[in-house]
Formats: sequence, structure tokens, C-alpha cells
Amino acid sequence: MIKKLAIILITTLALTVNTNAGSDGELLMKKNDPSNVKDCFEGFNRATFAFNQALDGILFEPVAKAYRILPSPVRTGVGNSLNNLSHLVTIPNNILQGDFKQAGINTGRFVVNTTVGILGIFDVATMMGFSEYVKEDYGQSLGTAGVGPGCYLVLPVLGPSTVRDTAGSVMNIFGGDPWYNVSVKNDTRYFNEKDYYVSRGTDGINFRAKNIESFDNLEENAIDFYASVKSLYLQDRKQKILNSKGVVDTMNDSDWEEIEDK
Amino acid sequence: MTLIGKKLKTNNFFKMVKKLIVFNFIVFLISLNAVHSIEPDIFVQSTVNRASDTLSGNKTKEERIEELKQIALDTVDIKGIGFYSLGKHRKNLTSDKKKEYSKVFKDYFLNSFSSRLAEYSNPVIEVNSKEKINDNYTIVSSTLAATDKRPAIKIDWRIYTKNPDKPLIRDLIIEGLSLARTQKEEFNSIIQGADGDVEVLFVSLRNFSKK
Repeated sequence: MIKKLAIILITTLALTVNTNAGSDGELLMKKNDPSNVKDCFEGFNRATFAFNQALDGILFEPVAKAYRILPSPVRTGVGNSLNNLSHLVTIPNNILQGDFKQAGINTGRFVVNTTVGILGIFDVATMMGFSEYVKEDYGQSLGTAGVGPGCYLVLPVLGPSTVRDTAGSVMNIFGGDPWYNVSVKNDTRYFNEKDYYVSRGTDGINFRAKNIESFDNLEENAIDFYASVKSLYLQDRKQKILNSKGVVDTMNDSDWEEIEDK
Repeated sequence: MTLIGKKLKTNNFFKMVKKLIVFNFIVFLISLNAVHSIEPDIFVQSTVNRASDTLSGNKTKEERIEELKQIALDTVDIKGIGFYSLGKHRKNLTSDKKKEYSKVFKDYFLNSFSSRLAEYSNPVIEVNSKEKINDNYTIVSSTLAATDKRPAIKIDWRIYTKNPDKPLIRDLIIEGLSLARTQKEEFNSIIQGADGDVEVLFVSLRNFSKK
């Protein structure tokens, strides 16, 4: 089943790769622009979105609210620890994107936080002056290499994605994520698959708990909540692929110029 | 000195006076502009302070909403955002339909804007920097301070500065995600879902405003 899924994804992905794809910033910006991403499976996506919303209502949101009852330092420690674990995917992706300097910094950060920071609970590296941590994944590396996002996808439980980003996630279970390798793939003496799934679930709850008000506010004020979430996801991915924090780098000003003659 | 020489001298004098008057007038205009133009970062900080006063006072929710609506009317380019949100579909509207849309959008925007903000109490926003993109736009960067429930949030403001005397907000970019852009894609989805019928959007906006 997984093999078939991987073949479908790789084939679709191959079709979305632009032969002229390069690392040219303008081309990357255009390719990843939300308005250029097609919603080929809209019917399926909307149905999955509705399912995810229902699941969120009965499971994730209540758990996230309960999680928020924990004292703030406990939540910070859990968040730090999960962030630390994510370095195992970020570092190989820094290398894949040719950012060797950042790979070095993140390796240093990971070593310091895992040892002095007691399994990443305390972010000692930031206190020592390491630069701000930015997560990277295989979807971003594919995007940086010039692979277009392909169609928009909503995955059951996991939420918004694209064909390219789903293929990137699949790479985690095919050896790309050392944490998956030592816990699920190779059940070691110290870790088993339960540890992996608990860490992934807690990561989701932690994210949800940080965004309860934002999600509620967005849902309450949206006319088409599905379209809003899609737009926000695609904007976020574009920004991450361009590794840009600046608004000016990611926004096309001509979007606004067109209304000058209103 | 001959009569012609005297005449020439007088003419030169008048020309010089004329030049001086024109020069002084230009300087006056420039200084007038400098006095009245409002710096985008100061404009954002004063708008934030206004909203903060409204949200932190002992007011009922209804009073807050009314005050927030007035702040939006004074500081946001609602008409501009409305047309931007309509995107390519704007070109298919007649001038009467554009007028109708502007009205419907204004009601929708004011309701949406005020209800989004009315739930917040005493938000602390610090303006950090500004970056002029061109004569029409400046991006002002700010940070919404963290609370025990959520981390700090970076908010960038797209300020329309075509008229420097009256800057207007055209977009809020929260952690790099543009609200105007999101709205544009949401509207496009509704219109496309109705096979290009803009009336369906009008109905959705009216229904939202009635909520």
C-alpha cells in the first residue's frame, strides 16, 4: 500500500518538476505562489477537511485545552524538547539545500541542548547566543531544488499539504528521519514505536494549544474556512521555501498596483 | 547709463524677484508637506494606541465594537482592500455593481474587523521598524507581545502612502501571512464555486454582516 502510494506520489511529482527549474528566486516565488497551486482534488479535499474539523472538535481541541492547563514552564519544556528532536530532520535538509553553515550551527545547537539542556528540555543554545532555530523538511528541500508544489491536498488527520510536501513527508519514513529509524523502523533497546507516535501526537497538540484562539477567530470570521486555511498554508510554505522573513521578499507588489485605477 | 541700459537693469531686477517668489513658494510647499505628512510608523503606533485604549477600558462589548469600527473607518483603506479582494472578478463588474459591492464589503469588513479584535483585552504592540517599498507603500514591522497562552506574534502593516498626509492601512501580515491575500483567495474560491457568479459572494457577505 505504502509502496503504491510512494509510486503515485513520485510519478505525480515528476510531472510537476519544471525542466527549467533552477534556484532562481523569482521562479521559485512564481512556482510557489498560492494562486498558481491547483486544487485538483477539491471535492476529496473538502470532505477530508470536514472530517478533520469534526475530529478536531471531538479530540484535538479538547485535548489541547486540557494541555494548556499544565503550567507554562512545563509546556515550554515539552515544546523545547520536541523542537530539539526536529533537528534530526532539519540538519539533513540544511545540507540538501546547500546551507552547510546552518547545518553546523544546528548540529551544535542539537548537541548542546541534548546534553546540557537535558534531552532538549532547556534551550541552553539560545541562551548561549545561537541564532534563531528555523525548521526545515524534505518538502522544503524539494521546493528549493525547483520542484513545484503540484496539487493541493488535505490529508486525513495530518491536514493541509501538497503533492510535493506529502512526498517530502513520505521521505521521513524511508530513512529520512533518524528519530523514526531508531524508534519505529529499528526497535532499539531504548526507544520503540510508541515513543515516536507519542512525540508526533504531542507535537500536534502543542501546536494546536498555541493556536486555539487564532483558529477559533479565523473560523468564526471566515466565509469559506476551507479556502482561508488553504491560502494560509500555501503562503506559509512559500515563505519557508524562500527562507524569507521579510514581507517584501515574498509579496508581489503588482497585486496591489492593479487596483490603482479602481 | 543709457535709457535702454536702465530698462534692461529694471527687467533683470523683476525677473530676479519673480524667481525668488517662485523659489520661496516651492520651499513653502515642501515645508508645508513636511509639516503635515505623517510617518507610517508613527501612524501605526497611534492607531495601535487608539485600539488599545478601546480594548483596555471598562466598556461593554457593543461599545468596543462601535469604537473599533470608527478606528477602521479612519485608518483603513476599506474600499481599496475590497477591490483587491475581488481580484480579477472586479473587471467584470459594472460601475453600479462596483458601488453596490463597495457598500456590501464595507459592512462586512467593519463587522469582521471589530469582532476579530473585540475579544482581545489590552494587547501590547510594539512598533519596531519601517521599510519604504516605493512612494505608495511602506511596511511597518511590529510585535504583539507574548501572553501565557500564546507566543509573541510578528505583525507587519502594509501602509498606503500615496497621500502622505493621510496614510491608510491596506494589509496586515501576521507571521508572514497576509490577511488581504487570504481574503482575496477566499472570495475567489466562493466565486469560482458558483461558476463565476459574483452575486453569490454578495449574498455571503450580506449574510455574514447579519450575524
